[in-house]
Amino acid sequence: MDIKPGSPYDINGACFNAEMYVKKVLKESNLKQVIDHEREIHQDIQSLHSDMQTLVYENYNKFILATDTIGKMKNDFKSLEEDMEMLLSKMDEITHTSEIITSNLHASDNILRKLLYANRDEISKLSETHTLLKRLQFVYTLPTTLNKLLTKRDYEQVVQEYLHAQRVLTQYGNQESLKGILNDCNNIVNELMKILYSHLRDKDITGKELTKSVNLLLQLDEPVLSLCKEFLLHSKNRLFESLNVLELQVENLNQDMIEFIDLGSDTFFSQLCMVIASFNDMFIENLSKNDENEEIEISINQLNMFVEENMIRYLEIVQCYIDKNTSDTAILVRALDRFYRKIQAIGKLFSYKDFTLNALEIISSAARRQTKLHLAMLKAHFHDKLATVRQSLVSLQKLNDNGFATESLASLTSDVIEKVKGILQDISAFLEPEVSFSTNHALRKSISVDNVREGLVVGFLHYLSSAARSYTICVPCPPAFLFLIMTKMCLEYQMSGIGHLLQLVDETYEINKYFEIKNKNSSQLSSEVELASDMHSAAQDLVNYYVRVEGLSISQMLKKSVETRDWLHSLEPRTVRAVMKRVVEEITSVDSQVGELFEEGMRTDRSSDSSRRTQMSRHIRAWSSGGTATNTQTFSAINRLFSERIDIFSPVQFSRVSITTGIIKISLKTLLECVRLRTFNRYGLQQVQVDIHYLQLYLWRFVSDEKSFKLNIISLVHLLLDEILSSSVHRCLNPVLMEPSVVEIICERG
Amino acid sequence: MYTIVEILLLNSQFLLSYSGYLLALFINEYERITFINIMSNNPIIYGVEFQARSLCSLHANVDQDCFLIGTQSLITSNNQVHLVTLQEETNTLSPQIYEHSSGEIWSLASSPTDKRLISTCYASIERDCEKRTALWRLPEDDGQLENVITFPSEKYGTDVKVTTFHPTNDAYMCSVIDNNLVMWDVSESGVKIVCTAVLDGKGQPRFTTGKWNPQSVNLQFVTADDCNIKAWDLRSQTKIAWSLDGVHTQIIRDFDFNPNRHYYMATCGDDGYSKFWDIRNSSKPVISRADHSHWIWSIRYNPVHDELIGTASSDGQVLITRLAGISSAAIENEDLKTKISIEDKIVATCDQHEDSVYCVEWSSGDAWILASLSYDGRLLLNKVPKDEQLRILL
Repeated sequence: MDIKPGSPYDINGACFNAEMYVKKVLKESNLKQVIDHEREIHQDIQSLHSDMQTLVYENYNKFILATDTIGKMKNDFKSLEEDMEMLLSKMDEITHTSEIITSNLHASDNILRKLLYANRDEISKLSETHTLLKRLQFVYTLPTTLNKLLTKRDYEQVVQEYLHAQRVLTQYGNQESLKGILNDCNNIVNELMKILYSHLRDKDITGKELTKSVNLLLQLDEPVLSLCKEFLLHSKNRLFESLNVLELQVENLNQDMIEFIDLGSDTFFSQLCMVIASFNDMFIENLSKNDENEEIEISINQLNMFVEENMIRYLEIVQCYIDKNTSDTAILVRALDRFYRKIQAIGKLFSYKDFTLNALEIISSAARRQTKLHLAMLKAHFHDKLATVRQSLVSLQKLNDNGFATESLASLTSDVIEKVKGILQDISAFLEPEVSFSTNHALRKSISVDNVREGLVVGFLHYLSSAARSYTICVPCPPAFLFLIMTKMCLEYQMSGIGHLLQLVDETYEINKYFEIKNKNSSQLSSEVELASDMHSAAQDLVNYYVRVEGLSISQMLKKSVETRDWLHSLEPRTVRAVMKRVVEEITSVDSQVGELFEEGMRTDRSSDSSRRTQMSRHIRAWSSGGTATNTQTFSAINRLFSERIDIFSPVQFSRVSITTGIIKISLKTLLECVRLRTFNRYGLQQVQVDIHYLQLYLWRFVSDEKSFKLNIISLVHLLLDEILSSSVHRCLNPVLMEPSVVEIICERG
Repeated sequence: MYTIVEILLLNSQFLLSYSGYLLALFINEYERITFINIMSNNPIIYGVEFQARSLCSLHANVDQDCFLIGTQSLITSNNQVHLVTLQEETNTLSPQIYEHSSGEIWSLASSPTDKRLISTCYASIERDCEKRTALWRLPEDDGQLENVITFPSEKYGTDVKVTTFHPTNDAYMCSVIDNNLVMWDVSESGVKIVCTAVLDGKGQPRFTTGKWNPQSVNLQFVTADDCNIKAWDLRSQTKIAWSLDGVHTQIIRDFDFNPNRHYYMATCGDDGYSKFWDIRNSSKPVISRADHSHWIWSIRYNPVHDELIGTASSDGQVLITRLAGISSAAIENEDLKTKISIEDKIVATCDQHEDSVYCVEWSSGDAWILASLSYDGRLLLNKVPKDEQLRILL
């Protein structure tokens, strides 16, 4: 039988209709079913009945228990009322002081009234309230305390007190009564902060106080970054002052370098170190405690900038000082040593940026400057020596004074080399092992290679050659002998000086260490060969110039003598012309000058003199017999063909013979040109013949031309003399030569 | 025969193996023959049988490369003027020879306008070697020179250095005689003296040479005496327009004007220096060079490419020097702001002369050709090296 719940047929439902249910059962079921159903229901009724009975019993029992409890409660209440009265009296007091407390009391009262047995908690709450009250009192008196402390300058206490109260104040700050207090406190603290900030700006405050102030400010939760800024700004001002003092020193230059550096480290460096240290303590450590990486970075950046700015300024000042410095190398090196050590110390303290590089730069510039100064001194020294030589040349009338040439030469070579040695020794102070920066390879290299070797030694050698060369365009022309001395000087340098100096420098400064042996020649080092060849070419220029000057001065005599004479109306020659004697004298003196400085060279064998004379005579005979211009021309053409191409002005070599020969060649060539411009009568020609013979007799000893001798052909000077004679024959209206024997007699007599 | 001689002359070292007498004969016989040039680098050679110290380009003939040579022989009637023309097709020189029987020629000049007009200064034994000067006309064929005017120079002195044509006005000529300079007017038949100027001073100063200033529109004649250069304004006789005093340590042998750049000139002398001047600054030369080892006898600007300068010296060498910095081209470049510094240097050395070289002349036809004449009568025609030509043209 399914019955929907809620329908009138649901026996358990609320709207059960017994009649309808019976009717339905009767209608739908047979008898048996009805009987069964009836039994079922009966059983159900019985069980339900017994259930009800148990329930009633239970409830009754409970009710009795409740009445007992109520009775007990009535007893307790009496004692409670006494307590309550006491409480109330206290409560009245409290109501006067605070509305909060009253409300609290009300609340607790209510609670108490509601929860009758909770009095204990209430008491404890009461004591809590008491402490709260105390605090309140503290809060109320806070502004005055703070003021007192402030006037006592106990800033630390102020901050502590304030921090103490601050939490409460901020928590209840919206309460009317507390708002005033909070404002007062804040005002006081603001004032305090002002004072503290003013400390930051105060120039005279000590570092410790400064640190304290900053710490207090930090505790007051001032923004770290702006504090950093403020702090650094302040420190900057102080550093600025000490830097200014240093700068003043640079301008005055009244103390030596070491003192200057010491002053720098005493003032600037110690301050800078302190700043860095306290900055680390205050900010960076604080921040790193709080794990504020970003801020750490920013503040480190600030510090970085600060340190960099100041260091750069300091380095600039040091650089300026060095640029003006005049103290000697030893002091300079010691000062730089100290300076470098300081910089290294800073590097240890402040690891974010390395200033040693800048320092090294400064040191290397100092070294460069020192070498430059030395170079300038060296140049001046050389110049002085040269001027002395020049002066004594002018004053000394007789140059043949023995020893003068060698003496002046020595003053220009070995003296100067000694000086260079001294300088090398002096500068090597930079590289002493005990000097702190001497371990730096790059610096060592720059000093030894660039400054000393290339800058000083090579630079000086270049200067020597160019200075020597510059004399060839000097106006007015210095005494000719000076060129000879300088030629010899250049040669000395070329032969030994350069090698010696380079070896010295290479050894003292261990130049090879900086280069692979293989690369040495190809690298930046100027080689000895190069320098020597430069020197050699300077020497060549000088000797050429000397030959030119001397040649031209003798030429001038010859030219005048030919030009001023009337060759067309000459009388029969009786003597050699005086000018020829003078020429020979002049050449003799020049030759002896040259001989003082230069080796003989390949001098001809004098024994061949006689054969030469016969050869000459043969030419003369050829002319005398032939007598016509065509013949002589033919003859000289043959000579030329035989003697291959003769360069009259071949380069001068560095030997006595070559130099003298060069001068003679120029002089004879001049004579040739002069003769060609004139026309001669018979006696004019004969005069030339006599003169030529004389020259041939006396010049022969000075002259040789190795090449032509090897080929056994007429010597060059001989050829020139020949040519002069043949040209004058050609320019002669009546070319009749004198008997050679007569010529010889005249010459021997004269 | 032909080739043998040529080889022998060009490479005299070869000659050693031959007998000297034989060679001498060859040379005597064939000296006047023009030798063909095998190598284009080598100079073209022409030989004169007498000694010679005067050379000039035939200025009026700009189509051909013509040079005039005057000989020096004490036998008066032997003297000649050679007109040498370069035949471009065959690269040979063809000579025309005129007799100059009045004496040995010391200097020679050609008219800038008339191809056939030349002037010479000469001396003859007959008149005790006094020098005279004359204007000549070249005949059509070989033969005697046709005398136009013999200048009345006797009363001014015996040493006529040079007689020059005015560069534009063919009526005017000027002679330098001892310490006088005389300006002639030759426009009409006969000769008129226009004006004279005298160099005074102690020690009997004498002119060494003179030249019209081609840069000046006025009648300005420039002379050299001893170590000085003087410019004479011939409109007012003795007025010296400007001067360069004591600019060499020995006498000035020659000077020349930059044909294309105002105020620039070159001097050379016995001190072996060639110096280049801006005449507005007489205290210091712009450039001073000592490339020769003996006297410099002649200095010439190239008429077209004035950065090239030819010099001849008694050391037997002829040099072509490039001085780009003071050329007229340098000014143009300055305007273009393309300052490429070109090194001053010797671009060519001709050492095929075996005697002193007294004369050097650029051709008035082909501007790359430089002629030089040595005392032994050898004329060399050198060309500016190809790469230098290209450098200038490009």
